[in-house]
Amino acid sequence: MIIGVCLKQVPASDSRIKIDGSGAGVDASDLKMEINPYDEFALEEALKLKDAKVAKKVIVLTVGGSDSEQRIRDALARGADDAVRLDDAAFAGSDSLGIARILAAAAQKEGVGLILAGKQAIDDDNSQVPAMVAELLGWPQVTVVDKLELDGGSFKAWRQSGGGVRDVVTGSLPAVISADKGMNTPRYAKLRGIMMAKRKKIPVYDAAALGLDPASVGAAGAKVTQVNWSEPPARPPGRILSGEVPSMVKELVTLLRDEAKVL
Amino acid sequence: MQLYKAPNADIKFNLEAFDYEGQVASIDEYADFDLDMAMSLLDEHARFCENELLPLNESGDRKGIHFNPDDASVTLPEGFKEAFNGYKEAGFLGLPFPPEHGGTGAPLTLAAVASEVLIATNKAFSMCPGLTSGLIEALEAHGSDDLKGRYLENLITGKWSGTMCLTEPQCGTDLGMLTTKAIPEGDHYRLTGSKIWITFGEHDLTENIVHLVLARLPDAPPGIKGISVFIVPKVREDGTANGVSCGGLEHKMGIHASPTCVINLDNAVGYLVGVPHKGMRAMFTMMNNARLNVGVEGLALSDAAYQHALAYAKDRRQSRSLDPAKRELDHAADNILVHPDVRRMLLNVKSTNEALRGLVTYIAINIDRAHHCADEADRQKSDDIVALLTPIIKSYATERGFENVSECMQVMGGAGYTQDWPVEQYLRDVRIALIYEGTNHIQALDLVGRKLPRHGGRLLQTFMGEVTTLIRGSKDTPELAPFISALKERSKQLQAATMELAGKGMSDQEEAGAAASNYLNLFALTTLAYIWCRQLTHALSVGGAQQEAKFQTARYFFDMVLPEADLYARLASVGKAPMMDFNVDYL
Ligand SMILES: Cc1cc2nc3c(=O)[nH]c(=O)nc-3n(C[C@H](O)[C@H](O)[C@H](O)COP(=O)(O)OP(=O)(O)OC[C@H]3O[C@@H](n4cnc5c(N)ncnc54)[C@H](O)[C@@H]3O)c2cc1C
Repeated sequence: MIIGVCLKQVPASDSRIKIDGSGAGVDASDLKMEINPYDEFALEEALKLKDAKVAKKVIVLTVGGSDSEQRIRDALARGADDAVRLDDAAFAGSDSLGIARILAAAAQKEGVGLILAGKQAIDDDNSQVPAMVAELLGWPQVTVVDKLELDGGSFKAWRQSGGGVRDVVTGSLPAVISADKGMNTPRYAKLRGIMMAKRKKIPVYDAAALGLDPASVGAAGAKVTQVNWSEPPARPPGRILSGEVPSMVKELVTLLRDEAKVL
Repeated sequence: MQLYKAPNADIKFNLEAFDYEGQVASIDEYADFDLDMAMSLLDEHARFCENELLPLNESGDRKGIHFNPDDASVTLPEGFKEAFNGYKEAGFLGLPFPPEHGGTGAPLTLAAVASEVLIATNKAFSMCPGLTSGLIEALEAHGSDDLKGRYLENLITGKWSGTMCLTEPQCGTDLGMLTTKAIPEGDHYRLTGSKIWITFGEHDLTENIVHLVLARLPDAPPGIKGISVFIVPKVREDGTANGVSCGGLEHKMGIHASPTCVINLDNAVGYLVGVPHKGMRAMFTMMNNARLNVGVEGLALSDAAYQHALAYAKDRRQSRSLDPAKRELDHAADNILVHPDVRRMLLNVKSTNEALRGLVTYIAINIDRAHHCADEADRQKSDDIVALLTPIIKSYATERGFENVSECMQVMGGAGYTQDWPVEQYLRDVRIALIYEGTNHIQALDLVGRKLPRHGGRLLQTFMGEVTTLIRGSKDTPELAPFISALKERSKQLQAATMELAGKGMSDQEEAGAAASNYLNLFALTTLAYIWCRQLTHALSVGGAQQEAKFQTARYFFDMVLPEADLYARLASVGKAPMMDFNVDYL
């Protein structure tokens, strides 16, 4: 079986995000990018399935420009066998559905039998793409999975469903699974892996290669447009109490109860 | 609070400034390691160190290691074994070693700059790969093919670790006094003696520990000319225990997670490395790398301390600016960065750290060239530079590094002295670097007594040739003019001091000994001025904020640090009288 891992690059989690001139996007010029952390769990799970000889091959699927190539190579360095980069001028401005169409087409083209993805990307936190990919392909899906077992043509997936309750979902392959934190501990690349990954060719597929109608993706096919971005309101300044300790404690408790409403 | 981030952007800047691609990656066997590849390797290494080793730094310091008297075993703090396994599985241990023995075959330059990050995240941990590398180099250079076949791969892949067993109770600096004995027996030797202060002499990270032991054969001439080198495994190849045991651990100021062991050899089987009685010569071939690496320790902890001091300073408000216009009256006090002295301390640290990082890169590149250039003249030139500057990086970077960590503590006031911040640990951890691998004064004696006179003064000429080339090449770059003219002046000052020292030292060696440490510092400051000029040359081609930051930092260095050279020049010429005329009864 071939596992497809959907992998996106996102700004490093400690980045300071600036809004760009258009007011409806991010100024990426100074941003340090990394693999979306949830996609790392998906990748690790795929690599473990390959190590266990359950999967034959792991292929990374990334929608992105040439600037995302380094992240793809990071994934190859950790042990993914192949990668395809999905890039076309027509993809620009895609909403989640457009991205899902591109990924679904790539998964089909590569003969993928299981798709692993992060439960969400930490940049815009939409959590939509994996579910949409599953719908487009007509495959079963389980989201926010933190434990997965495969047995022949079927899977068993565990997820937290809130309030300490755990769901256990079984189903048949092919399927889409989105990964939560706790599923595994992503490995480091080996130096040899990094060197091999550098030399690997990463094919680029455009809309034509994927058999996609350009009008169904990108800005043309988008059902969602981003109109305006704004910075979160600045945090109000803190308050420093003064006076005798007993009276300050009293005041603090009052404030925590009546103003901050945390008590 | 551990805030450290690997300075890989500045490491990259230095690899560019000292032309890593043209000088090292252009050598045939390093063709795979262009700058892009180098940074990929270094970035993954940094990620590992930040995520896996940094979190163990404080817990390792507080928990320390445990000696189990029942079986003389040593247990490292929780997490160290897993971290070591991760480090070895990624292949970091074998980075600069030959692929045919399980390494990656990268240039030593990359290992040297990577070691800054390894040490900064966890100095105690770094001692194990550090010492193992020393053993590997010794075996590579002097071991028989048979020994290499039996030992190298397991050391390079981290299945086994290595030590250096030189010191004995009666001899540290003066190894000529060592008494451990080696008696021939068939194809091997039997070693008996006691070694002390052996780093990672016993631990639970690897299944075997291979000791490199200095000892005397029965027919050895007395003194330093009668020392041979052996390797002695803790466990023999047939799986039986060898006569090697840990007699206990030292309790010490810092590097608490690095075991410092008494190692007793009792009729232990060992194998000769290299030629009988010529052990010290063999040790010298690997000393450059080891000493460079100890210099890196000074830089590494100095930068780690700087990062914390800066973060603290940016947050801390105390007192009012001396300039009323800069007062922020909506706050009860101003940020401490308004105070000139706080800036002075931070800039002392930053401007020397960045120069030292450049010097590390420059020396490391020359180590690769000294070994691998096709052309003999190129090899010789690089070898001259390495030999001359090795005692300087070892001594100056550790002395300055210690001072810098202390200055960072000062920036943080009382907070820096508490265990809420890692700076007090850095201060304890870095102090040893001035002592081991040849005390800093021994470095000064090496510079003055061996390196300057060697080949009729050729080493200094070679380095001065580099300085002159840079000065000539900068003629048409007005931005560099003030820096270049200061460099010119300082190299004249250094040459004058060298002449004076040579004159006095020739007739009276005590004069040379009295001046050596101050002379080394004078030499170091001049060298750092050269390094800054090289970095500025590169900064001009980068432009933007990075160029401006480098120029402002260099300006500080040239105005506020480099003048220390006058003091050292002055002290170096005082002569021995104040020390040697002093009546020791009055001490
Ligand atoms: C934590 C730690 C780890 C160590 N790890 C190892 C290890 O792994 N393997 C190993 O073999 N050793 C190790 N050592 C030993 C270390 O290398 C020695 O401490 C060092 O070489 C200095 O020797 P010494 O302590 O005997 O000092 P001494 O040689 O007694 O020196 C005392 C003072 O005299 C000065 N002095 C000595 N000779 C001269 C001279 N000719 N001219 C002027 N001044 C002189 C020195 O500079 C010093 O200031 C370690 C030590 C420590 C503390």
